[in-house]
Amino acid sequence: MTAQLTPGFANPPIEAAHAFRQVLEAMAHPGRIMGLAGIAAPAPCSAAAACVLLTLVDGTTPLHLAGAHDCAPVRDWVRFHLGAPLVGPQEAAFALGTWDALGPLAIYPQGSAEYPDRSATLIVECVALQASGARLTGPGIKDAAWLNLPDPAALRTNAALFPRGVDIMFTSGAQIAALPRSTQIGDA
Amino acid sequence: MTAYNFAYLDEATKRMLRRAILKAVAIPGYQVPFSSREMPMPYGWGTGGVQLTAACLVPEDTLKVIDQGADDTTNAVSIRKFFARVAQVATTEATGAASIIQTRHRIPEAPLQEGQILVFQVPIPEPLRFLEPRETETRTMHALEDYGLMQVRLYEDIARHGEIARAYAYPVRVEGRYIMDPSPIPKFDNPKLDNCPALQLFGAGRECRIYALPPYTRVESLDFEDYPFTPSKAAGQCCALCGAMDSYLDEVITDDAGGRMFVCSDTDYCATRVAVQAEDAA
Repeated sequence: MTAQLTPGFANPPIEAAHAFRQVLEAMAHPGRIMGLAGIAAPAPCSAAAACVLLTLVDGTTPLHLAGAHDCAPVRDWVRFHLGAPLVGPQEAAFALGTWDALGPLAIYPQGSAEYPDRSATLIVECVALQASGARLTGPGIKDAAWLNLPDPAALRTNAALFPRGVDIMFTSGAQIAALPRSTQIGDA
Repeated sequence: MTAYNFAYLDEATKRMLRRAILKAVAIPGYQVPFSSREMPMPYGWGTGGVQLTAACLVPEDTLKVIDQGADDTTNAVSIRKFFARVAQVATTEATGAASIIQTRHRIPEAPLQEGQILVFQVPIPEPLRFLEPRETETRTMHALEDYGLMQVRLYEDIARHGEIARAYAYPVRVEGRYIMDPSPIPKFDNPKLDNCPALQLFGAGRECRIYALPPYTRVESLDFEDYPFTPSKAAGQCCALCGAMDSYLDEVITDDAGGRMFVCSDTDYCATRVAVQAEDAA
């Protein structure tokens, strides 16, 4: 182990509660960019992604680390703070990585028609989040929202699976925006 | 109160609840199973709602709790005191001042705002349960969108009674997909579910289910073209205290000689109107 382990939440019940409310706001308003900061994350993991992991992931939720995120500092951090089993994409409840590293959405658990909730949540690390690009409509959105999506066509396919499909959180630095499967994706 | 973790539940339980809440928000109207915990109150007193509230609370929240619209009933007072004690949150009776509102069987009369969270206590989350008692069957019916049985039930009501004979827990269709039980709110409140700016969360503790309506979700009460849904309340009555014509009314028996009065079920709405009228009169 070369890098020093960075700390998690200093006051877990309070900080996790604040982080969850930001995540919940993001999920309840798809495309809305929320702030999520407060902890030092192991590179290349963003602060927002690390907050999400600390808030939602533990020993009961298999985690898939994709691409550059599958490195010793992140693995050590996950092992120490979360204790989540590290698995391949087919068994993951959560997955972390860049869009390209995560690969096709179809390899992650999509849930079944009876249990659509048994699907993966993907944390997609982005360069920047902007309220421009693809037009989003659906539950949680008053008229329309906009978000720069990495691949609208693939995400449209995911939305077409509703009620099955994966849910996505886009993170960048200390920001998060969510795209649940219920959101309809229009043109740019 | 330092003997308890913030908001009573341990962190692993809150993470489990939070994951279930996020999936519920992502699939509006679908009942997400969760591992309900024993709470320091009996089933039927809002254990599902209390667990949702505990998972969502932050110290800066202002909590309002109502039971059938009233802030001052035993259930509401106990739950409010519980969270004031284990989460040190501020409490209020004013709908507009609350960031989280836990409710049993009513939606407040005052319109909800974006950013507020409405937490419903749910006894039986499955709208098809009294039509089909087997969980394996109702699960398949939801999966296949096989809701014919519910339409037949409503039709039989009309055939027998001349109308859809259901005054509360009136089933709704969420975003054209899942049929959902809105909890035993009067059907008068059903239109408030539709396109609501607040996030609505539903928790059934005994039945281990969480479901949700994100803000601005399309919620339609089931009906037929020739028998449209009508939100109803005590016909032709107004509140005896504040005179409101537009609120849901409780009938209060005042003596044993047939005396009765109708008053607003939403005590905060009624008290606010009475205060405004007193100010205007002064």
